[in-house]
This record gives sequence, C-alpha cells and structure tokens, in this order.
Amino acid sequence: MKLGFLVDLNLCMGCKGCEVACKVENEVPLSSWRLRVKYIDMGTFPDASRHFTPLRCNHCENAPCERICPVSALHYLENGIVNVDSERCIACAGCMMACPYGAIYMDPETNTADKCTYCAHRIESGMMPACVVACPVEANIFGDIEDDNSHISRYIMEHQGGVQVRKPEKHTDPKHFYVGGGNQTLNPLAHKRIEGYGLFNNITHLDHVGDPHHSILDRFLAPFASHGASDNKSFIDFKQTTDDNSTKDESHEDKGGH
Amino acid sequence: MVEHTINATNAVVTMDVALPGIIWGWMITLNMWAKSIGTGVVLIGAFLLYRHKKEDMPSLRWTMPLISFIALNVFLLFTLVDLHQPLRMINIFLHPHWTSAITVGAWMATIFTGLITVMMVISGFDAFPDFRRHCEVAKTVRGNSDVYEKIFPFTVFLAIPVTLYTAVIMAESSARELWQAPTELMQMLLAAFMAGSATLIFISDSWSKEVRKDLALVLAMSVFFSFMMYMGEYFFSFKAAEAEATLAFVHSGGEYNIQFWMAMSLGFIVPFFLATANIKNDNKTLLRFAAILALIGLYLAKDVWLKIPQLLPLS
Repeated sequence: MKLGFLVDLNLCMGCKGCEVACKVENEVPLSSWRLRVKYIDMGTFPDASRHFTPLRCNHCENAPCERICPVSALHYLENGIVNVDSERCIACAGCMMACPYGAIYMDPETNTADKCTYCAHRIESGMMPACVVACPVEANIFGDIEDDNSHISRYIMEHQGGVQVRKPEKHTDPKHFYVGGGNQTLNPLAHKRIEGYGLFNNITHLDHVGDPHHSILDRFLAPFASHGASDNKSFIDFKQTTDDNSTKDESHEDKGGH
Repeated sequence: MVEHTINATNAVVTMDVALPGIIWGWMITLNMWAKSIGTGVVLIGAFLLYRHKKEDMPSLRWTMPLISFIALNVFLLFTLVDLHQPLRMINIFLHPHWTSAITVGAWMATIFTGLITVMMVISGFDAFPDFRRHCEVAKTVRGNSDVYEKIFPFTVFLAIPVTLYTAVIMAESSARELWQAPTELMQMLLAAFMAGSATLIFISDSWSKEVRKDLALVLAMSVFFSFMMYMGEYFFSFKAAEAEATLAFVHSGGEYNIQFWMAMSLGFIVPFFLATANIKNDNKTLLRFAAILALIGLYLAKDVWLKIPQLLPLS
C-alpha cells in the first residue's frame, strides 16, 4: 500500500474548509499550518482570474526531510506516509531547511518539528484525512496509488498528461498530485508576492521559529519546569505585543511561554 | 507593452499565510565560524610542524590543542543551544540516523573533541612541569607524553571531515539551491585554512620569522581562493532557478547586500594585501590586523551565505 493525495484545482473553490478542518483535527497552533490554501490572481482587468492552491506535505518517496533528520524522528510508515515523532525530535530544524516545499514548521507549543501526516491517526482507524472529509466539492482525493482500482489511481489514469507534482526537478518523488495546476500556481517563483497579502493582518513573515517566548534558558529548563496550560494567547497578537508597553508587565506564563 | 498584460507575467499572491523567516540564524554562523577555528588551527599547526622545526614554534605543542579545545566547545555549545530541545541531543547517540550528515558530523566532532582534549591535557602538563608535580594523575599523564605524538596524525586526519561535514549538511538541505556541495566543501576547507592561520598569527610573536611568513602565505592564499569562489558564486550562479532568484534579490540592493560587500572587503581583499605584503616584510602588527579582519570577514560572509537562501518562499 502506498497512500497518495491528489487535488483537482479545477474543483477547488478556495473555501479553506480543509485548512480549518486540519487545524481543528490536529490542534495546529496559531501561526502554524499543516495545510494552507494560497490565493493567486492572474491576468489584468477585465481578464483576471483567481486560483486556489492547497499546499501540504508531499509525502515524498525520496524525502529530504527523512534523510537529514539526525534521530529518525521523521520516518516512513509502511503505507508511505512520512510521519513525525515529536517525542524524539531534537528540533534542529534540519528538516525545515531540507523540505523543498516549506511544509514543515516548528510547533510553538511543543518546540518540535511538525507537519501534515495525512492524518495518520485517522487512517489507522479506517477514516479519511480531515481535509478530505471537509471538502465540499471533493477536490481532495486520497487513497492507495498502488491499487489500480482506487479512486485516486483511476483519477490519475483519467487525467493522464494533466497530473503534476511540485518541483519534480528535485527528484523527491512526491506522492501528492495536482490536476488543473499551472506553472503560476505550483511554482513559487512564477508569481509575485506583494507585501500585505494576509487576510487579517499584514504579517508576511514570522519573526520567530517555534515559540517566540522560549528563551535559550527555557530550552534547558523546560523539562523540569511546570508547564501552565498553553493557550496560544501570545500568538493572537504576536506582532503587537512587541509594541504595546502595557503587556510588558505580564508574566512569562501569561504570555503563553513555557 | 503587451507582455505585461498577458496572464503569464501577471500572477500575484493575494492571500497566504505568514511564511517562516530565517530558520538557521546567527548561532549556526557562530557554530561554523568556531568550528573553522577549531579544525583550522590543527590543520595549519600540522602543516607548520611538517615544514619547520619544533624549536621554531616552542609554544605550538600546547597552544594548538588549547585553542582548538576552546573553539570546539564554543562550536558544540552553540550547536546545542540552537536546538529547541537541547536535552534531547542525546538522541543523536541513542538513535543515530546515519544518512544524516548532522548525525555523522556530531559523532565525528565528538571523537575529534575527545582527541583534542587528550592532547591538551598531555601538552599542558608537559608545558608546565611544576604544576601538580606530586599529583599521581599528573605523573601518569606526563609518563604517557608520547600518546600526544601517536594520536596527532589521527586528529589531523579527522579534522578534515569534521571541518567539511557542515558543507554536506548544507548539500542535504535540498530546499536551498544556493548551497552547492562542491563549492561549499571548498569554502569550508578554505575557511578552516583562513581561520587557522589567522588564529595562529596571534600567538606567533615568539616564533621564527619563517614560520610567520608561512602563516601569511596561507592566509593570503586562502582568502584569495575563497574570495574568487564567492565572486564566482555571487555573479555567475545562474543555472539554478532558486539560486538565481536568491542572488537577484541580493543584487538588487536587498537585505544582506551591504553585509556581503563589507565581508568581502574587510575579510578577504584587505587581508590579502596585508598578508601578501607581510611575506616580504615581517610586520607583526599589520599581520595581526590582517588576521583580525579575516576572522571578522569570515563570520560576516558565512552569515550572509547562510541566511540569504532562507529568504526565498518555497511554496
């Protein structure tokens, strides 16, 4: 069995239902994303169009993240999923430097690397990934690509010539396919990023890796210190807290630190 | 112009999440810089011992492992501190994954540091015979003084992969096209020569003039070749799309442009001329000045080269 994912971009309407479902299912902290839907506008008025590209881990057969991980925290499951063991991860960020798709993030709550696992815990129970279930137009197709009769295999066969992967030149052999994609939607160098493209703010780049309040000393003391319930409050307005003097008196715990 | 109005040239991201910024920052730069010193002094020290008599460099036997030990511990400290879960570093030894250059490097660096520690202890007791004269441990160490000479060749041999493995980590970082294995390997080796010769210059006051000439020659040659490689990479690395995009950003006066040229001027061009001049005329002050500039420039150059490919959006 080799599990694969296919997104038909002709069907995707950019509702972000998959994004939200993923966040809820996997309790992905604020400022981090396992799955995101990117909006790209093309053309000039009146011939303009908007395209939506869901982006997640590609579960490569030749995964650079698995290769560079010094402790095998990133490892293959028998079904082809590239899984991550956050208990073993030393958080060196080597995987973040190796993944050509930028699909790995440093979880600000656990301070370990994390990413989409195709909802491996749900697969184990015979369920579909949360994003697949949530998609209202069935643009997400998931299944065994080694089974010729699976939905995904038949979909690939029906769309021969139109099935693409991201960055094939990297020879990572991704198991995440796209139908209806183009260079502009799949190649990050083929479109421009104009500052302020966020929905609720104009933050285009995170200024921290992992928890911004996790100091060097905390890294060593964290296993011995008592942890308050982490509610992610610090990430809701992480940009503003640096400017707002009134927050300076908050304790470290209040800021969501460990 | 019509080419500006067709779809192919007008794709714009209108909504996306915040992307990660610099993932490997100054701690990794410091890590590489300190490692270059730690391995460089051993490589250049071995070269000097091969070329000259021990009497020409009386303090080298104990200062070389001492400097290397300090630099390696700075390197190891910042390797550890850069981890978000530093206490789990032990997993590299309990659950090693041998395809990772990080694992191989950590093991080699640990063995190398162990050998350097042994050399430092032996040479320290030998250099200061009155220190703990009646201590049994000191007597035992002094009695096994020849161990130093026995392990020295292995240490020199191991210094080469220890200085190079970071280049392999960079090569394994598939997402950063700017880091190409052949050039990074050579840059790491040249950085070790540069840092090693520059550091030894500081303790070469009492050494013979001929030794200092050799140090000046090594410094001049290493900064020259390293500079030429940076120029080649900076201006002509246009065969990989992501490398081109990275450099185009820096070329256009983007972030790190000024730092790069400061590094090239201070760390490579000026030390080259100062060191070259010193091959003919033995001027200790100027040579020391060249060494300081080379070490500062090396840090700045490494910092730029580490950070700029991380500015590129990957998806």
